[in-house]
Amino acid sequence: MTPVTSPPHGHAAAAGANGAPGADGLDPEAVSAFQAAFDTAVAADERIEPRDWMPDAYRSTLVRQIAQHAHSEIIGMQPEANWIARAPSLRRKAILMAKVQDEAGHGLYLYGAAETLGTSREELLDKLHAGRQKYSSIFNYPTLTWADVGAIGWLVDGAAITNQVPLCRCSYGPYARAMVRICKEESFHQRQGYELLLALTRGTEAQRAMAQDAVDRWWWPSLMMFGPPDDESAHSAQSMAWKIKRHSNDELRQRFVDICVPQAEALGLTLPDPDLRWNEERGHWDFGAIDWREFREVLKGNGPCNEQRLEQRRRAHENGAWVREAAAAHAAKQSARASQDGASRTARSEP
Amino acid sequence: MSTDWPLWEVFVRSRRGLSHTHAGSLHAPDAQMALRNARDLFTRRSEGVSLWVVPSSEITASSPDEKDPFFEPAADKAYRHPTFYEVPEGVRNL
Repeated sequence: MTPVTSPPHGHAAAAGANGAPGADGLDPEAVSAFQAAFDTAVAADERIEPRDWMPDAYRSTLVRQIAQHAHSEIIGMQPEANWIARAPSLRRKAILMAKVQDEAGHGLYLYGAAETLGTSREELLDKLHAGRQKYSSIFNYPTLTWADVGAIGWLVDGAAITNQVPLCRCSYGPYARAMVRICKEESFHQRQGYELLLALTRGTEAQRAMAQDAVDRWWWPSLMMFGPPDDESAHSAQSMAWKIKRHSNDELRQRFVDICVPQAEALGLTLPDPDLRWNEERGHWDFGAIDWREFREVLKGNGPCNEQRLEQRRRAHENGAWVREAAAAHAAKQSARASQDGASRTARSEP
Repeated sequence: MSTDWPLWEVFVRSRRGLSHTHAGSLHAPDAQMALRNARDLFTRRSEGVSLWVVPSSEITASSPDEKDPFFEPAADKAYRHPTFYEVPEGVRNL
């Protein structure tokens, strides 16, 4: 993307007057001084804030990552919202609505963080709708049964938490702060999913089978959420040097597997991997090979629900246009009326 | 031309006795909607007892590149801190 040197809106106590100095129009000596200050701050584990100078590539990496993250949150509302009207009890329905509402909130925190880097909400949504920015592939799988809501909470949100907790210490301040809020809220998501599955496994044989089937379908895609293996991950090394990322994909994936195995046991469910076994020497669970071909296919747009998810997002955006326009018109009218009233009051008070 | 609603900064007082603290930002067409959106976005779990919303464009901020000269006057005035002063041993309540 084009390096933007000044946020379009004065953003977050961050902004106000002028934007941060960019590479444009600065002599090389000044740039290298800025670069040195940036490097020192990152090395000292200080946070980079919106109006600080930052390398253009750091800015564009963050925009790409935060945008993808934000898009994932709002696209992620769809597979679960699919079950709100069919939740089996009022309790489950209220929980699911609260969760889906949280996902919207998480999207908004993240769009806000991305906007501090000089992009706009409109630009981000346009790019999502045009398929030019991605969202997590996991949401291109369908939610076929009620148990899928549980499997998503336990596994998908569980994987997300494993990924996200280290992001709370990300070098970019607004992203790190958004992640702190998100992580606080995510643990309810994971627990409600686990509890939902537990209820099913303690139910009838058909309910237990439904829970097992959901886990069988969501396990591998959840492992893929950590991204390609370290030696194939395009952005990993640089992101770790910038302290955007703190741990490698494979490291986080292993951490997640280790966490899940005993949790699956407690549910009385099996994880669909014949190669899963404890490795005494490593002190970790060994697990089978991931089908990266499937991952790449879904990423390319050939997953079961890619088209449907984007189509629904576009439709929701278009159908909401009149609301956005009406609210803007109302605001314009109110402020015109207020300034008119102000003017006539001033006129009256004059002798 | 951007059709985004204006940006607002949100400040939340988490409980009585504490100051409002910056929580984040959001888009809204007017102040009333900004308040309602802020309630839904930042206080879904009773995180606040009071909210402020301020148009982001109304905030004037010090600029990071003048950080040193701008804050420099405070740097060499160690005598503003109590630790600057010598207190004889045994003297209490000072």
